[in-house]
Amino acid sequence: MSDTQASGHYDVVVVGGGHAGAEAAAAAARAGARTALVTQQLATIGAMSCNPAIGGLGKGHLVREIDALDGIMARCADQGGIQFRMLNRRKGPAVRGPRAQADRKLYREAVQGALAAQTGLTVIEGEAFDLEVIADRVTGVALADGRRFDCGTVVLTTGTFLRGLIHIGETRIPAGRVGEAPSLGLSATLERHGFPLGRLKTGTPPRLDGRTIDWASLEMQSGDEPPEPFSMMTAAITTPQISCGVTRTTLATHELIRANLHRAPMFSGQIEGRGPRYCPSIEDKVGRFGDRDGHQIFLEPEGLDDPTVYPNGISTSLPEDVQLGLLKTIPGLERAAMLRPGYAIEYDYVDPRALRPTLETRAIAGLFLAGQINGTTGYEEAAAQGLLAGLNAARRAGGAEPVALDRTQSYIGVMVDDLVTRGVTEPYRMFTSRAEFRLSLRVDNADERLTPLGIALGVVGSSRGEHFARRQSEIVKLTEVLRERSVSPSEAAAAGLELNRDGIRRSAFQILSYPTIDFAALVRVWPDLADVPQAVRERVAADATYAVYLDRQAAEIASYQRDQALALPDDLDLDGISGLSNELRSKLRAAWPDNLAQAGRIEGMTPAALTLLAAHARKHQARAAASAEA
Amino acid sequence: MLRISGERVRFAVETVAGSVPQARKASYRPLRDAHGDVVDHGLVLFFPAPASFTGEDVAEFHIHGSRAVLSRLLSVLTALPGLRLAEAGEFTRRAFEAGKLDLAAVEGLADLIDSETEWQRRQALRQMEGALGRAAAAWRAGLIRAMTRLEAEIDFSDEGDVGGPLIAEAVADAQAVAVSLRAALGSFAAGERVREGFLVVLVGAPNAGKSSLLNALARRDVAIVSPAAGTTRDAIEVRLDLGGIPVVLVDTAGLRESADPVEAEGVRRARERAASADLVLRLQPPDSEPERQDGDGREIIVATKIDLGARADACDVAVSAVTGAGLPELIALIAARLSDRQQAEPALVTRERQRLAVADAVAAIERAGALPHAMPELIAEELRLAVRALERLIGKVDVEDVLDSLFSGFCIGK
Repeated sequence: MSDTQASGHYDVVVVGGGHAGAEAAAAAARAGARTALVTQQLATIGAMSCNPAIGGLGKGHLVREIDALDGIMARCADQGGIQFRMLNRRKGPAVRGPRAQADRKLYREAVQGALAAQTGLTVIEGEAFDLEVIADRVTGVALADGRRFDCGTVVLTTGTFLRGLIHIGETRIPAGRVGEAPSLGLSATLERHGFPLGRLKTGTPPRLDGRTIDWASLEMQSGDEPPEPFSMMTAAITTPQISCGVTRTTLATHELIRANLHRAPMFSGQIEGRGPRYCPSIEDKVGRFGDRDGHQIFLEPEGLDDPTVYPNGISTSLPEDVQLGLLKTIPGLERAAMLRPGYAIEYDYVDPRALRPTLETRAIAGLFLAGQINGTTGYEEAAAQGLLAGLNAARRAGGAEPVALDRTQSYIGVMVDDLVTRGVTEPYRMFTSRAEFRLSLRVDNADERLTPLGIALGVVGSSRGEHFARRQSEIVKLTEVLRERSVSPSEAAAAGLELNRDGIRRSAFQILSYPTIDFAALVRVWPDLADVPQAVRERVAADATYAVYLDRQAAEIASYQRDQALALPDDLDLDGISGLSNELRSKLRAAWPDNLAQAGRIEGMTPAALTLLAAHARKHQARAAASAEA
Repeated sequence: MLRISGERVRFAVETVAGSVPQARKASYRPLRDAHGDVVDHGLVLFFPAPASFTGEDVAEFHIHGSRAVLSRLLSVLTALPGLRLAEAGEFTRRAFEAGKLDLAAVEGLADLIDSETEWQRRQALRQMEGALGRAAAAWRAGLIRAMTRLEAEIDFSDEGDVGGPLIAEAVADAQAVAVSLRAALGSFAAGERVREGFLVVLVGAPNAGKSSLLNALARRDVAIVSPAAGTTRDAIEVRLDLGGIPVVLVDTAGLRESADPVEAEGVRRARERAASADLVLRLQPPDSEPERQDGDGREIIVATKIDLGARADACDVAVSAVTGAGLPELIALIAARLSDRQQAEPALVTRERQRLAVADAVAAIERAGALPHAMPELIAEELRLAVRALERLIGKVDVEDVLDSLFSGFCIGK
């Protein structure tokens, strides 16, 4: 699969081999584009540079959506996963999130294997140094070693490599990841083309030698049995499963940190970039929540045959000697050897308001950005953007219209809409609370929401298409049966189900929505339902649970979609709209909403201003239609 | 005038006005509430889509203008399924979206719309500075706090540093807000009085001089005054400013049993008004027996026609509409009685729109309280709806508010 040719022509060139790049390259190739993936080191494609885990709350939704569009992340996580847990299992199905810890090596190998198996995709080792742009359209990529590639479109997924700067205490090392050179050329390219760049920061904990941890003294946490795969296409998890250790920081840890706060780059002013509030360093936690007697740490093995352990919860950029010292204050880690210190990394990102909802840049046609370069954090957020950008880069290169996903349809749509409308002030991470329609955006119906779209766009393979059609027909059939069958309170009572004794017959679907009634209870009334497979039962039960809420949300969704459908043209003359305040004009210029729904989410927007925008957009459409006819 | 637009218009007109009148023809109809009771008689106009202002089915109800009637009809309509109050500028917006207005028309309207929102902005600002603003900010903060706990429980349940009975606390927080919202709703009637004026009703036997007194107080002829008994057949209203207190003074038909059905109806209405009055002026002409029916201070006994023969006994004040004697004393007495009835604290919720918003929020919180704690996402959904209802009072809430509150209140992050 690798190519050392001096040059060549591709439809799509993807720069970067992280989670965004791998997913982008695979999606572009699935969509039929001749695709090249350019990365500094072939061996690090699919590397998990921070914690060894995929999924979680909100993030698990993204992984299932990637899978619904036939992306690779879910299947690779199923191959590399060594501990699966369904988070929020005891809460409603809309907020459950699958998470797996992964064996770094197995996951990386799975990703590299998936790319190798992808037809139409070539992987090239080299450092992309510059973009070739003619008349605001990207035409090629130049590598640092002098090679160059002509191409139709480019997807940049450079992660933390843009002017990456690692901080460990007072030490500063320019790097993209530990031991890997930063990417300086592309930062200059983006700056030259006028992209608004900002600075963000993230961090990672020290890595420990698992052979020096006193596991016997620690509480252990194991995964679900049986483990539930991420992918619809995975029948069962076959990788051996492991447990993690749990420990806590102590008052002695906190004292040591306080005594050395002045040496932490976060507090000394050495770091300018903003870090994520939801992933604070241990010095941050101690600074902000100093009254707590301890903070939890999960000790996560990085692989089945790798002694490295990731202590999740003590991300830090304190000097190396302080890091060593604080390990000694933590139960179970008193004698732990540190394989490498934790660090903070600062990097450039592009203000994502410079992007369209298709992830194409407004300034340069054919240039797409995905992943941390857009101010997000997390493998899942990166991969989801990569998939959308890769798909659209292929469409653009092939002369088709790029597509956008909306907030009512997917977490991917929520994320991209948040990014391109609001921009970011800290690394953006997905949460279920970001999705206002979260009761309908569930992990169990990601396929129903997105696979038909993926089939229509040509990125879903035939085996998934067939699997989806089978599953969907079972779901539709069961739903019909449950809506048709009904039971009176006394008939229900005969089967041991207590309903309100009001004599009213209720459908099976309706009573399944009651929190006290599960599918097994229905089987007591209608024994023939015993044959329904578990996955189909759970899926239909989830639909029933939320049915009444979804009806209520329908009007809200319809009004949102109406606004979404009204596109605001790029060349809309804001100065020509009388009645818009200057304040709103400048807000509109910063966010460049693509449609009325996005405009409505801009802070300070008034109904009157929206009305004016809508009217002008319509006028513009009418004029465009008239000139097209002429 | 009330205007409704959208898919449910035919249904609403059929429900309230009996049937849909001929398109674009004014038709005089009784307008009824859900119990079939007449709210008012009014002109109903129906404009079928697409030849209407918004391009949708539109109906207009032209009613008799009293705020009480308007407010009542608004409640009746918004209680129908699928009907809600329009957002500011929504009719115009729908008209644009249906392509009913071209750009020239839009720009012509822009000033108008802008002044509308400027007025709304100023009004919002005034409310923000005032009691309702402070209360709404506190309600919102309470609900955000509750939602924060729910979102912590939902989005960060895998983190050991987030714990405790978060859902129970969230529900308790929300219910505390509901208590305060209900109290605000309770003050609605009083607030409406302050805004709409205190109701002062004139009662007394036919020809006791009610119309004459009303005219003397209003200093203009509003009721037909004639010496024949039973001249005033319907309630006549006059808005007055009595020493700074807003008063609606109502003359009623003479209270006597009558065989004339029209007059009997007038009497029935007079009794109804008197029952809901803040103050009753019971008029005693010189030739009548003194009577006092009400001992709770809601009634002032007024001896009338003292120019014809004084009888000052057993009355609170004696007046002559002809000479004006006693009128200043009567006005002072009315003002004194009403100022006793004014609340120490001004009411928070004084408008029907505000009342609907607050009532929606209360209903959502009540539904949230009835949900099982195992489904925090449903509780969160109800609270989201409650906050959306309050948004109509004070502007927008955003998921970022919840996240901000979450990150500052909980130690989150592994």
